[in-house]
Amino acid sequence: MIHKYSMNGLFIVLDVNSGAVHVVDEIVYDILDFYKELPLDEIISKLKEKYSADAVKEAYGEIKELENEKLLYTEDIYKEVIPLIERRDPVVKALCLHIAHDCNLKCKYCFAEEGEYHGKRELMSLEVGKKAIDFLIKASGKRKNLEVDFFGGEPLMNFDVVKGIVEYARSIEKDNGKNFRFTITTNGILLNDDIMEYINENMHNVVLSIDGRKEVHDRMRPRAGGQGSYDNIVPKFQKLAESRNQTDYYVRGTFTRHNLDFGKDVLHLADLGFKQISVEPVVADPSEDYAIQEEDLPVIFEEYERLAKDIIKRRKEGKWFNFFHFMIDLTGGPCVTKRLVGCGSGTEYLAVTPTGDLYPCHQFVGQEQFKMGTVDTGVVNTDIRKDFEQCNVYNKPVCQNCWAKFYCSGGCVANSYNSHGDLITPYEIGCEMQKKRIECAIMIKAVENEE
Amino acid sequence: MKHVKTLNTKLLQNTVAKGGCGECQTSVANQACENR
Repeated sequence: MIHKYSMNGLFIVLDVNSGAVHVVDEIVYDILDFYKELPLDEIISKLKEKYSADAVKEAYGEIKELENEKLLYTEDIYKEVIPLIERRDPVVKALCLHIAHDCNLKCKYCFAEEGEYHGKRELMSLEVGKKAIDFLIKASGKRKNLEVDFFGGEPLMNFDVVKGIVEYARSIEKDNGKNFRFTITTNGILLNDDIMEYINENMHNVVLSIDGRKEVHDRMRPRAGGQGSYDNIVPKFQKLAESRNQTDYYVRGTFTRHNLDFGKDVLHLADLGFKQISVEPVVADPSEDYAIQEEDLPVIFEEYERLAKDIIKRRKEGKWFNFFHFMIDLTGGPCVTKRLVGCGSGTEYLAVTPTGDLYPCHQFVGQEQFKMGTVDTGVVNTDIRKDFEQCNVYNKPVCQNCWAKFYCSGGCVANSYNSHGDLITPYEIGCEMQKKRIECAIMIKAVENEE
Repeated sequence: MKHVKTLNTKLLQNTVAKGGCGECQTSVANQACENR
């Protein structure tokens, strides 16, 4: 299987099963429309208005050469990996700790419903936090690298417990042969110099929530009284980003139907001095007025392409910044196993509620039918885990013939469930946006390679 | 080649024999491997 597309004046061909990327000229691009269906003489005839027979023969020969070198039309050899995945012992290596089911903002698109996750306002106790760490160490088997995300709600509303959990994990990690990696997300309202210093000393990554332009941000992320939060957080986020040398953080925004010109928000964040930027499409019930609709896709595609060109232009001007969804590694990246199973939600990655209940990931929290156990009992509902173990690319019928399957791992399981009520039917609008982003990311790499 | 410029080769095949250790960070298009 191949995927070919033209963008920014380049003709790009991806060989899906090898991951090889070729930048070709127009004649090769045109021949590929017929290469597998027609013999050479018929292709020459098809293209005679545009190219000479000799030119077509020469380009055809190069395509043949790529095919012989297993760089084009290669076979899918990865199904053999699946039994190896299914035989692996179930281990947990990452926890999302819902440190606070409470929030000091009332973001209109919050899937956690003002941080409460369909429940009541609650803060995680240090006792539950310690039990979660104990559970993770025990459930992680031989895995050495473990991850803990402090999530909410707003984690800074329960910051003493965050510090207590980090201290506890650090005190026992070496004796257990483990290496903890901590991440925290914050809306910035409670951020101060002391907290910044602590985050810089203890958090491998920090996610700072901001949507972009002031009017966009304040419209969707108001405080309880309705006033905006932009002016409060921007100076603090700028200070924190600089204090981390512009690495190991993200400013992370959400775009909705209200700002389909989200590229301007990305560039606004770059103009504020941020170098690590993510602005992502909202996940929402389709009935919401801010939800992305299928009819919005052409505008979104144009916006992604425009943003990709802006990023190239800015990098040439020495104004580099990183855009999360345009990151792609064409020479390394993860192994095929990882590409097939993705995030590991419900298996390697679980979410923990303030009272210690276990869920497949943060987006399933509060949906009782997905409760898997507690930090005291461990995973007792193994049927749920088995369902999530089946979430690999080869078990998703829609993904079989998709060119992007090794770059998205079959999409987000929570999005599948929210849109279709099952775990293996991808959310189509998300797929289309993802494919456009991958095309943009490869195009940027191709331009950088030419330079 | 006159008509083709190849940016990378065998990105995926090279990881079949050695992969699946699970030590990498939770994500997938740009993830770093902890073992290679």
